[in-house]
Amino acid sequence: MVQSLDRSQGRAGGVAAGPTNTHGTFTGNRALQIEEPLIFEMGQAGRCGVDLPEPPKVKDRLNGLRRAGEIGLPGLSEPQVVQHYTRLSQKNYAIDMGVYPLGSCTMKHNPRINEKVARFPGIGDLHPLQPVSTVQGALELIDRLAHWLKTLTGMPAVAMSPAAGAHGEMCGMMAIAAALEAKGERAQRKTVLAPESAHGTNPATAAALGFTVKPIPANERGRVDLAALKAALGPDVAAIMLTNPNTCGLFEGEIVEISKAVHAAGAYFYCDGANFNAIVGRVRPGDLGIDCMHINLHKTFSTPHGGGGPGAGPVVLSAALAPYAPYPWIVKDGEKWRVAEDGAKVEGTPLGRLKAFHGQMGMFTRALAYIMSHGADGLKQVAEDAVLNANYVMAALKDVMSPAFEGPCMHEALFDDSFLKDTGVSTLDFAKAMIDEGYHPMTMYFPLVVHGAMLIEPTESVAKEDLDQFIGALRSLTARAKTGTTAEAFKAAPLYAPRRRLDETLAARKPILRWKPSNNPPETDPLKQAAE
Amino acid sequence: MRYLPLTDADRREMLSVIGAKSVDELFRDVPTSAVLGAKIGGLPDHQGELEVERAFQAYAAKNLSPATTPFFIGAGAYRHHVPSTVDYMIQRGEFLTSYTPYQPEITQGTLQYLFEFQTQITLLTGMEVANASMYDGSTGTAEAVLMANRVTRRHKALISGGLHPQYRSIIETTAKWEGFGAVIGKPDVDGLEDLIAAVDKDTSCVVVQNPSFFGHVRDFAKLAAACHAAGALLIVVVTEVVSLGLIKPPGEMGADIVVCEGQSIGNGLGFGGPYVGLFATREKYMRQMPGRLVGETVDADGKRGFVLTLSTREQHIRREKATSNICTNAGLCALAFTVHLTLLGEAGFKRLAEINHAKASELADRVAAIPGVKLLNDSFFNEFTVRLPKPAAPVVEALAAKRILGGLPVSRLIPNDPSVENLLLLAATETATEHGMGPLVAALKEVL
Repeated sequence: MVQSLDRSQGRAGGVAAGPTNTHGTFTGNRALQIEEPLIFEMGQAGRCGVDLPEPPKVKDRLNGLRRAGEIGLPGLSEPQVVQHYTRLSQKNYAIDMGVYPLGSCTMKHNPRINEKVARFPGIGDLHPLQPVSTVQGALELIDRLAHWLKTLTGMPAVAMSPAAGAHGEMCGMMAIAAALEAKGERAQRKTVLAPESAHGTNPATAAALGFTVKPIPANERGRVDLAALKAALGPDVAAIMLTNPNTCGLFEGEIVEISKAVHAAGAYFYCDGANFNAIVGRVRPGDLGIDCMHINLHKTFSTPHGGGGPGAGPVVLSAALAPYAPYPWIVKDGEKWRVAEDGAKVEGTPLGRLKAFHGQMGMFTRALAYIMSHGADGLKQVAEDAVLNANYVMAALKDVMSPAFEGPCMHEALFDDSFLKDTGVSTLDFAKAMIDEGYHPMTMYFPLVVHGAMLIEPTESVAKEDLDQFIGALRSLTARAKTGTTAEAFKAAPLYAPRRRLDETLAARKPILRWKPSNNPPETDPLKQAAE
Repeated sequence: MRYLPLTDADRREMLSVIGAKSVDELFRDVPTSAVLGAKIGGLPDHQGELEVERAFQAYAAKNLSPATTPFFIGAGAYRHHVPSTVDYMIQRGEFLTSYTPYQPEITQGTLQYLFEFQTQITLLTGMEVANASMYDGSTGTAEAVLMANRVTRRHKALISGGLHPQYRSIIETTAKWEGFGAVIGKPDVDGLEDLIAAVDKDTSCVVVQNPSFFGHVRDFAKLAAACHAAGALLIVVVTEVVSLGLIKPPGEMGADIVVCEGQSIGNGLGFGGPYVGLFATREKYMRQMPGRLVGETVDADGKRGFVLTLSTREQHIRREKATSNICTNAGLCALAFTVHLTLLGEAGFKRLAEINHAKASELADRVAAIPGVKLLNDSFFNEFTVRLPKPAAPVVEALAAKRILGGLPVSRLIPNDPSVENLLLLAATETATEHGMGPLVAALKEVL
């Protein structure tokens, strides 16, 4: 009998090998779902996916430090490499495949022209340290994006270099620390206020800078409790970090009062701009009295999320914080562009440098292409359609699911799990069942202030008929859950994904973070056995 | 607007389901003082693809593309040939338009390549564990110092003068605002710096770069031993990851944390970003690492699968007690890295490194033969420093006027320091040819 060549099993020496080949096929594959080994299990000495010339013989100038022995990298040919990554790609859900309603992540369409222009010769291939006389167009491009960001937010300055939203938070909070230091108040103002519903990055950033984070409760309408905030403000407070629209998908209607109170107390207002998509082109955060805000170019301005980055997080700054902006920035002298880099004589007292070179240029290019494609008219429509889509989902589901707060919402609809009460189905189970319906689940269990939270952000990119199907699927799942007899089926979901539920506890308890030859001894490798 | 699927009829119908008369009603929580009556002024309206492409072609035309000119700049970003397969793979929508793999059942593609990536990084660096990438090498280096502070519960970092000046600047910035001490060495032009005597019981870590910013290749085994004897960690930074194909890896020198800029493999120059930071350490420090980690597990059917793991270190779980505030990594750049390295494999990666070293050796000999030019390096990989008989910045400008990108004047990154004013940093990779080296040498002779 020919031994099955199922490649799906847990490896010997890896985490427990379990029952295999649930599909009953020889390969363990199921039509388009192809089990794919690790590259380390595919490599053969003598194979290579590139053709490089024989290196010229030279005398080593390596200070006697030539590497000895094998690195251990597998050898694969080009077609094997193409197949490997193509098969892996087919195990991913993506925006290109359908509704990806992750709240707070703004999974909107990623236009391909952005990819094209980012790769233009003369843009994608520039070295960051070429003489500035040879990169005038690149500097102009960055300045153009900066102009858009400042105009859309109504803010006078922007620091372009932060690499992601959290990095932008670091930049903004450092600017606040620098401003306090300039006033001689840094030692005294050690408290940062943040709503309980804040993104985890907010308290993590504040804590890294030595601030103590004091949570501010929400009121019954899901907004900051203004009285509690005012009571918390004092001479020890450095700043408030507030997301607006907030993580419950609601606009902080008292934001102008909040900013006035914060400023009256001598503190600064950090606005987390993760949810800027809801208001872009319609509301300028600068008009609301904020001091700084990071803008996730990979959210509002469509640069691809790429499986978790790269992002980009430029930070707009008020006149009070602009003098502390980090290096580098772009300056125009007459008709010539130049870069103010470390040590350059500049106005203000830069807080330092956060990243090598000039920031995430590849993301700047894509974001600017997106912005130019939309224009001022299109961006306003983006915000309106994003908010309309979310409210439509909310309206179409509110009779069967349980909205966390009274509407209207902004660009995301938040539900709690009270509609699942007594069904035996949890938020997690409900989300996993959505996978079998062909959707990426919404954000779950965030914000923390709502029990069993489900945060749905459809974005403006979803057509009404696709939203209707999505709504239909959620209504159907809700009805099934409420029969009270389907908890087991929900707990078994997903059934049709490339993998069923994964044991995350085991992964954390006995971490295996890399492949090792000993994970896969040859004597237990079915491929090698079959070959013998 | 080509990106917006809703029609006016859709919008009307949806508003009626919502029970709102107009979309303005949905924005009713916005203070009236902040509502913009019309669209934001002074900005143009939407444009078609053709118009947008033309605008970017116009930007590109104002730059000098390295592809069209002799090119010898490095200094933390290196021009290498990237196989076509890499860019084709990373543009697959399933990779490009997926998010952080929070739902492992439908993101095994991302998770498996990150697991493979982590393994590749451990092999290259000679370390035990690696994370799923950092923003880039420069920010990763600052995170490594913070990690060393956590591990040792000390707050004084010794920073080599051989570390890339912008990396040093980032550590200084982090130290100032996050509250620890950073002792920054003088620019180590000759590669003779000895930090052993400076390591003491307050030292949390020593940060060195190999090859150094100035190109020198050093053995840090003795420094590692001195660090360990004093209870400090050794952080080795590698800004040219291709060097690991030829040079003894930091793990074999006793490094505790290794940070690399991974741009050279799979990622273009891109005017400085996005790049990909590689971050590796010893297993015993695993739980103090920043960033995402992917681990192996099994699913409900016992099949092997991968998940994000040890997330109790991270901000979304630990909030103010997290090991770092990092949320995003550089997933897509890590994919480009891992696809390129898989194409290269053992044989290709080593050969690529050999070619780089040979090209740089040739360039070093030819440039050093120019009267008045002195090569400062006894050792180097693909980049070295020369002292010119006059300030390097105007020389580089004069070369640029001849459409030659002839290295980096060190004074650009270390300004206001007369001792480095005449220094020129030159890099040669596999992309360097006679058509480039010949004109560079001729032009240098002319302008010196």
